[in-house]
Amino acid sequence: MAGKTLYDKLWDSHVVHEDADGTCLIYIDRHLVHEVTSPQAFEGLRLAGRKPWRPDTLVANPDHNTPTKNWEKGIEDPISRLQVETLDSNIKETGALVYFPFKHANQGIIHVIGPENGTTLPGMTVVCGDSHTSTHGAFGALAHGIGTSEVEHVMATQTLIAKKSKRLLVLVNGQLGVGVTAKDVALAVIGKIGTAGGNGFAIEFAGEVISALSMEGRMTICNMAIEAGARAGIIAPDEKTAAYLKGRQYAPKAADWDKAVAYWNTLVTDADAVFDSIVELKGAEIAPQVTWGTSPEQVLPINGRVPDPAQEHDATKRTSIENALKYMGLTANTPIEDIKLDKIFIGSCTNSRIEDLRAAAVVAKGKKVASSIQLAMVVPGSGQVKRMAEAEGLDKIFIEAGFEWREPGCSMCLAMNADRLSPGERCASTSNRNFEGRQGQGGRTHLVSPAMAVAAAIAGHFVDVRSV
Amino acid sequence: MKAFTQLNGLACPIDRANIDTDAIIPKQFLKSIKRSGFGPYLFDEWRYQDHGEPGMDCTHRPLNADFVLNQPRYQGAQIMLARENFGCGSSREHAPWAIEDYGFRVIIAPSYADIFFNNCYKNGMLPIVASHEVVDKLFKACLATEGYRLNVDLPSQTVTLPCGETFTFDIHPTSKHNLLNGLDEIGLTLLHADKIKAFEAKHKVAQPWLFA
Repeated sequence: MAGKTLYDKLWDSHVVHEDADGTCLIYIDRHLVHEVTSPQAFEGLRLAGRKPWRPDTLVANPDHNTPTKNWEKGIEDPISRLQVETLDSNIKETGALVYFPFKHANQGIIHVIGPENGTTLPGMTVVCGDSHTSTHGAFGALAHGIGTSEVEHVMATQTLIAKKSKRLLVLVNGQLGVGVTAKDVALAVIGKIGTAGGNGFAIEFAGEVISALSMEGRMTICNMAIEAGARAGIIAPDEKTAAYLKGRQYAPKAADWDKAVAYWNTLVTDADAVFDSIVELKGAEIAPQVTWGTSPEQVLPINGRVPDPAQEHDATKRTSIENALKYMGLTANTPIEDIKLDKIFIGSCTNSRIEDLRAAAVVAKGKKVASSIQLAMVVPGSGQVKRMAEAEGLDKIFIEAGFEWREPGCSMCLAMNADRLSPGERCASTSNRNFEGRQGQGGRTHLVSPAMAVAAAIAGHFVDVRSV
Repeated sequence: MKAFTQLNGLACPIDRANIDTDAIIPKQFLKSIKRSGFGPYLFDEWRYQDHGEPGMDCTHRPLNADFVLNQPRYQGAQIMLARENFGCGSSREHAPWAIEDYGFRVIIAPSYADIFFNNCYKNGMLPIVASHEVVDKLFKACLATEGYRLNVDLPSQTVTLPCGETFTFDIHPTSKHNLLNGLDEIGLTLLHADKIKAFEAKHKVAQPWLFA
């Protein structure tokens, strides 16, 4: 019998019940909650007279609606404020392992605070009413987004009704060049397999490039598995994983720690395990990436040119390119480096951790944001990230270069708060989605790494960060 | 959950690949703490010429006449024809809520994003996967024929075209059973409460740190 993949091990160790047709009840260890996708679930529980099964598995925090400046004024939009206050009252009623209300010193993006407090651990199942829950797979956890009905189901039963996914291995071997980051790897993978390439699959990322990445880099890669269509991305835990977790508030302690690490060491794909599909990329061939269109798969290396729909033979793809060029206000064959920007956003659950800010600060140090840029902002992923960055003096580097240094939150990744693009504005963004209207109605988003975003801010247009 | 058995309904073609849930229901409408009332804002940025905000009365907003949902011939549509990877991106269940609230009960597409696909079932909607050939054929026929109606029958897993032609579709037996009977999944799962508790006890012994 063939061995098991990491995904198989995580799945098998959480099956509570299996129906004859393969539909399973999967036990959930960690449930992350934010204000946008939970109110209807709490309401559903109340209407049915049900209580959460294990409130001690809840880690909650508002992030989508919270402002990133003028915190003393509170949340000015009354509808946003009501949603955040609703989370406050729901958690007050049910209890939670962790709750950081708005303005708490540790509040931040839910996918940043989960790992940094040690509430995301290898071997866990982690869910959240948020597609970027795939982030937590970087720790060797089976983690994915769910809908609000499922949020209610998990709260009421501690389980999820699920069917096993197929297994896709994405191997990235060799070494990344200088200036090429986890974000570029994620975008290159999506460019190769497409936004639907991972539909029905759980992706395991492996290979020399993945092993060499920090935990922050691994989180960036798993975060964007959903942009390739895969609900879950996973990376096997190793010494770096344990070193990252050791001493964090909710990580196992004392004798439990040794026992936990021994268990985590078993969470690897067996040598004779079989995947349903394998995709390989060579690290050395990956250049800094920039999206040009309205889907993350519409991505090119920095030295590329905007595609020409006339060259595309597939009618559906040709229409997609035409639609994207029209929305993005771009002309076919324009060099990516000639695209001028209006705004710069560094942040989001993809790229707002300390390592992202360090990489950005290296490029920003001693430079100035181009006068043609209307706004360049850095939004740290959490209160902890913000304090760490300030202790290292990164905030000063950004401010001196002309960036705004903001309070933590999801911010302009999805523009639910006041941070958004105006129609026609073009933004270099370290977030995860360049969909139409994502950063504001009519806004034009180009996804890049933090270093590439800073380089673009300084030049006023995209440039190859390797030449800066 | 609303049950679904059979529907004879008007089809409406949304001819675009990779439609994401941000397009289906833009973020500003996610600020609602309710599950209903999203229908008027379905495809808001494509459907209207102005900027929509939650709570807005949509009856007098300027319509984008080119957008398919605004064309008189598709008013009252209950079956959406869509292209590949429909519902990709954000996990927001507000997307199926908006589609259902607008009046659609069935979607027919070559493929869906996983989370969206699951979310449809939770709301009494039937997302049918059909081959590219079948979907192409339906798009062409629907565009060519005003008042194009399809008959969708869940018990027999068939879709019948006006010409009498029929195609069958697959559906997971559990999903079919729950949809046909409009079952409360939480109630069903809680029938396994003893199994969940037994699993939990075993899990706690193996990984006590998960229960700190």
